[in-house]
Amino acid sequence: MANSETADQPEPTRRDFLYVATGAVGAVGVAAAAWPFIDQMNPDAAALALASIEVDIASVEPGMSLTVKWRGKPVFIRNRTEDEIAAANEVALDELPDRLARNDNAAAGASAEDANRAAPGRENWLVMIGVCTHLGCVPLGQSGEFGGWFCPCHGSSYDTSGRIRIGPAPENLRVPPFEFISDTTLRIG
Amino acid sequence: MSAESTYQPKSGFGRWMEARLPIMGLVHDSFVVYPTPRNLNYLWAFGAILTMMLVLQILTGIVLAMHYIPDAAMAFASIEHIMRDVNYGWLLRYLHANGASMFFVAVYIHMARSMYYGSYKEPREVLWILGVIIFLLMIATAFMGYVLPWGQMSFWAATVITNLFSAIPLFGEGITTWLWGGFAVDSPTLNRFYSLHYLLPFMIVGVVVLHVWALHVVGQNNPLGIEVRSKQDTVRFTPHATVKDVFASVVFLVVLAWLMFYLPNFLGHPDNYIPANSLQTPAHIVPEWYFLPFYAILRAIPDKLMGVIALFASIGILAFLPWLDTSRVRSARFRPLYFWFFWIFMIVVVGLGYLGAQTPEGGFLLAARLLTAYYFAHFLIILPIIGLIERPRPLPSSIAESVLASSGGEAGEAAPAE
Amino acid sequence: MHRRLRHGLSAAVLSAAVVFGAGAAVAASYPLERTELQRWSFSGYFGRFDQAQLQRGFQVYREVCASCHSLNFIAFRHLGNEGGPHFGEEEVKALAAEYIVTDGPDEFGDLFERDGKPFDTFPAPFPNDQAAAAANGGAVPPDLSVMAKARAAPRHIAWMPVDMLTAYQEAGADYLYALLTGYEDPPPGTEVTDGTYYNPYFLAGKALAMSAPLSDGIVTYDDGSPETVDQYARDVSAFLMWTAEPHLMERKRIGFQVIVFLVVFAGLLYLTKKKVWADTAH
Repeated sequence: MANSETADQPEPTRRDFLYVATGAVGAVGVAAAAWPFIDQMNPDAAALALASIEVDIASVEPGMSLTVKWRGKPVFIRNRTEDEIAAANEVALDELPDRLARNDNAAAGASAEDANRAAPGRENWLVMIGVCTHLGCVPLGQSGEFGGWFCPCHGSSYDTSGRIRIGPAPENLRVPPFEFISDTTLRIG
Repeated sequence: MSAESTYQPKSGFGRWMEARLPIMGLVHDSFVVYPTPRNLNYLWAFGAILTMMLVLQILTGIVLAMHYIPDAAMAFASIEHIMRDVNYGWLLRYLHANGASMFFVAVYIHMARSMYYGSYKEPREVLWILGVIIFLLMIATAFMGYVLPWGQMSFWAATVITNLFSAIPLFGEGITTWLWGGFAVDSPTLNRFYSLHYLLPFMIVGVVVLHVWALHVVGQNNPLGIEVRSKQDTVRFTPHATVKDVFASVVFLVVLAWLMFYLPNFLGHPDNYIPANSLQTPAHIVPEWYFLPFYAILRAIPDKLMGVIALFASIGILAFLPWLDTSRVRSARFRPLYFWFFWIFMIVVVGLGYLGAQTPEGGFLLAARLLTAYYFAHFLIILPIIGLIERPRPLPSSIAESVLASSGGEAGEAAPAE
Repeated sequence: MHRRLRHGLSAAVLSAAVVFGAGAAVAASYPLERTELQRWSFSGYFGRFDQAQLQRGFQVYREVCASCHSLNFIAFRHLGNEGGPHFGEEEVKALAAEYIVTDGPDEFGDLFERDGKPFDTFPAPFPNDQAAAAANGGAVPPDLSVMAKARAAPRHIAWMPVDMLTAYQEAGADYLYALLTGYEDPPPGTEVTDGTYYNPYFLAGKALAMSAPLSDGIVTYDDGSPETVDQYARDVSAFLMWTAEPHLMERKRIGFQVIVFLVVFAGLLYLTKKKVWADTAH
């Protein structure tokens, strides 16, 4: 509507070109200016700096758990008993609702055997994000019918490897990126 | 706005919508075909610039509020957090802080333009008074915003300005205690200022809508100060005024960008990077530059209550301007006497601004008193009198005639394209 | 703009200049000496921090200033940021680990001490202001995080247009340099209270509670830079400019891009405006 006289001119004129160029530059400017307003809501530098934590696990005996906060979420660190490990290994893969390991340290398509979820070479250690994969509640430890974790919100039961067995949760509890820096120190993130 | 709309929706949905909520018609009538005097100069772009600044301040403000903490113990640190760690936090904060300054630059130019061209005169009195209300809300918003960083200047500005109310006889002390939510400026004060600093801009938006509404009822004034008489006098708002406004706004943004990227702390006071300390007042406390003329008036009066009254009167008197100016001619172009008094008044205001930043003693104090007296005399004595004694130059009979006369021989084809 | 308006505007500017000029005669009594402007790598439209200088300045802070002055808003991780001292990741970790920070509470509810981590902020030398005052003859050594913006060398108002055009924002660094190098014996006849030290560049009086902190050779530089008070003061002032304005380089870079963009856009809009108004006398 900026210029009515071009309506009956089929070929683009220089005037048209100027209007389009100006409009395009303006649109680019607005888009670029919008970015700081959007990006400011992303995690800030202080939050990102805390994204990796080191945890001392020297005092966690077999059968004991430690819950630490990582990126605002609970992380379960469990030193599993022999029985728990055995129970986890007894389960056949086709009994599992979710057959993927959900382990950030393993390959993306790794299957959900206990060996693919426990710490490599230290299979007594299980490190998981303590957030139910259904709707984000924190499951209770060592409860539920599979001796693992039980989510009080909607009744999802996880086994001693943190794999979903019964209930509405679609996936196994996620294993965050972690590594043992020493025998007694674990770095998460 | 009351007249039948000329808007013809092109699509079926447009017609359906228009029959239910004629919002496109309203936009079309107000910002597309709206007739605007053809002789407006760039000073008339400041309305658009101010709208842009208001939007910009609200957007940056909302975003900063996502990170700011209104607590005496954490406010300063949360600003530093914004400046250091929040993504583009430094950019958003500098844009907001310098945007406030440029907002006042624009509003002062806008007001001076109204004064020079007599835009407040009949039938635009209500339009002008709504503008004064917007200015008052802007002052309150800017003042409370300045308190939020909780630096030394923030704290002592809050203390001094809230103490103005203690000058009120009998109730003064009760009012200040009520304002503070305590016995001094502290966390409760900061928290409520934050709340109001968030609220007031939206009240400004409301009054701006009324301001634009009133403008579209009476039409724009113009540099000649004579009324629009025919279609020959006007052009369509879009594209003529729109493209001019956008161009002026972008030029204005260049200045803002220069300020916020190259001189981000130039207009601020270093003391405001010292965390608030209720036990120690800075040696020289000064308000932000845009309050300096009014601050000078406050300090020029030796009596507490009278000083406060003078301060508020210096702004309140603006609302009476349409009736204090007795001349029927609007534009200073045709008012040989007013022309000079207008510029003297501008110098007086700038002079008061300069004095507002100086220690009020000796020559400075005397000068501030003289200029304060002149400030009020301009409204109360000079304007009423020169309106009566001045002999205005002859006014052109129409905008079109004047425009065509100055653009020479090609005047014949000057009819608006639309 | 109309001719008469322009005429009046220039008259107003001229008389305003006269008013300001007259006011200039009365000078503030402090500081006693006028601060001289220094050359800084980070001044001007394209100013950049000198990474080596910031690292040296950090060393001066750490070995001299840090015994009394906190740096509350700076985390060790900031030292690794681009546009700052830009220490490597491992260097930052090692630097952080040299500090002991208080953390907690642990599972017994006790606070405990551990080595610093990159996300920790610099531990303050004193637990609170009262302790700081008690240890320093009643004067609290101020935090240095934003010191380069919290102080400024006084400038006459007449410089305003020049400063605005040249983007002068180094008044803080200029002042810190002047103060750190400005200690001298009081001139004959000038009395200085006990526990304060004469410095004609001090903003708020003739003497301040901080004694001259720097002396030649007090800090050993690895990179062969001169180990003089002058160099130390320059380096630590630059470092404090960075702590106060950590995004300075990014700011100037983005600012230049934004301004170029806006000028081009304004140019296009001007042409558009001319085209739109081409057939309309106004």
